[in-house]
Amino acid sequence: MPPSAVRRDVGTLWQSLSAAGSLTRRWLADPDTRVELGALARGSSLGTRLGRLRRRSVLIKTEEQLPAALALIELDGIARRIVLCTPDVASEHLRAVLANASIDAVVGEEQASALGKELFLTGDHLVACDPDRAASEDTEWVLLTSGTTGAPKLVRHDLATLRGPMVAGGALGEGAVWSTFYDMRRYGGLQIFLRAMLGGGSMVLSSAREPVGDFLARAGAHGVTHISGTPSHWRRALMSAATRKMAPNYVRLSGEIADQPILDHLRAAFPDADIAHAYASTEAGVAFDVRDGLAGFPASYLGRRGDVEMRVVDGSLRIKSGRNATTYLGDDPPFFDEDGFVDTGDMVELRAGRYYFVGRRGGIINIGGQKVYPEEIEAVINRHPAVRMSLVKARKNPITGAVVAADVVVKSEPPDAAVLKSEILGICRETLARHKVPAVIRFVPAIAVGAAGKLARSGA
Amino acid sequence: MSIRSDIAALFAEVAQEQKKTLAPLSDDLGLLETGLDSLCFAIIVARLEDQLGVDPFSADEEIDFPVTVGDFIKLYEHASVGRAA
Repeated sequence: MPPSAVRRDVGTLWQSLSAAGSLTRRWLADPDTRVELGALARGSSLGTRLGRLRRRSVLIKTEEQLPAALALIELDGIARRIVLCTPDVASEHLRAVLANASIDAVVGEEQASALGKELFLTGDHLVACDPDRAASEDTEWVLLTSGTTGAPKLVRHDLATLRGPMVAGGALGEGAVWSTFYDMRRYGGLQIFLRAMLGGGSMVLSSAREPVGDFLARAGAHGVTHISGTPSHWRRALMSAATRKMAPNYVRLSGEIADQPILDHLRAAFPDADIAHAYASTEAGVAFDVRDGLAGFPASYLGRRGDVEMRVVDGSLRIKSGRNATTYLGDDPPFFDEDGFVDTGDMVELRAGRYYFVGRRGGIINIGGQKVYPEEIEAVINRHPAVRMSLVKARKNPITGAVVAADVVVKSEPPDAAVLKSEILGICRETLARHKVPAVIRFVPAIAVGAAGKLARSGA
Repeated sequence: MSIRSDIAALFAEVAQEQKKTLAPLSDDLGLLETGLDSLCFAIIVARLEDQLGVDPFSADEEIDFPVTVGDFIKLYEHASVGRAA
């Protein structure tokens, strides 16, 4: 197929990142190594076999992010379809991914040979060669959703839907050094990777095997200027002294509700940085950024703003935009409503001209017939200055069916746990209806954060 | 502290938190006459589970739902003995 057959007008990732700024001073780094982007002009992580991946449906399945990032740059415009696989996908689910995406080639390490597809070995070093980077395909990018249970869903995007937020979002900062706690193979991490690549910057990739303090120190040593993560990532980061080794200009939160306390803590930790929280989901794409330092978003964001249209139906936020994914691959039902909006399942409440996220539709706790979202209670508990983070869950109860139980991580050992407990309960009673006030509070050393950087919530 | 005094203290604590007026407790006082409502009892049961490590309501054996304060205390005393045995 000649290059003219490519329908999209955005160019491939390689073309776009080359056009965004000089390649010689830009790089991708992980804990082990650093790859100059310019070296991709005269070498390939896939060596001379790159051409054999043209028009194929390729699963990228590597342990570390750097080889996956290199393969993504090299295969956009070459492969017919790229499926970005995170390391945590269980092998029984991988079979379904291979089938639903009609995978006929795998880019990965030795152990990926067990998948039974033609394996193209890759790694974090480039083989000198003269790679043919001419585009022949409108490559489809498939991301896996990060559901904690069941099979991951395959969400179809392409470079145009993924870069939509950047086209609209203004300055990306040439020469910026981006980083994120996210895995770049998930939607939130991929957004940061694309901002780095398309905005003329570099990127510090995280690694699942690296302690958070080491990652922060490394990002600081690389001179990180733009960094993103979930509120849970940030609450954990703020417990590490290594946070002080960074001086970013831009701090971004996404993936979970950004409550006022975490925004305030980040403001205090990075007084000179722009602090923004973004709303995005793998299916809906990025819908908006909030830059005023306040939780929630102005009601004026509803309706049409640029290429994004939002409405609230039955309490949940619905989004329609060119950044929406196209469909799921496989048998999962469509995620669009009859008007073409993605129903996010994220519930919002209007208070004084501003919408606040209150929780997930499926996460409601029912206390004797009265309902509450765990996130709403966590936001109140987190207001206590001694609290680092909290997780609210339902505990079965013979009288009301369920009561509210809260696990709380404190910043430092309280002088008197009973006093702290009653202070936290006091704040809750001042603010929340009585059924929403935790019946029990436990102080715990840590709260589990899942692979996608969100609090691990079990079904209520 | 005995289970009896633990429970009495919890009744008082929850009544105060929930701004309820607690009636003077006695074994034959009906639970519905204590001044506490169902949310209060839900909280008391949850806290007793943490304090005593038992939840008699979730035990395998069938239980008679307590009607009086005395029934309620006996239920926990029985459950604690069962656990210790």
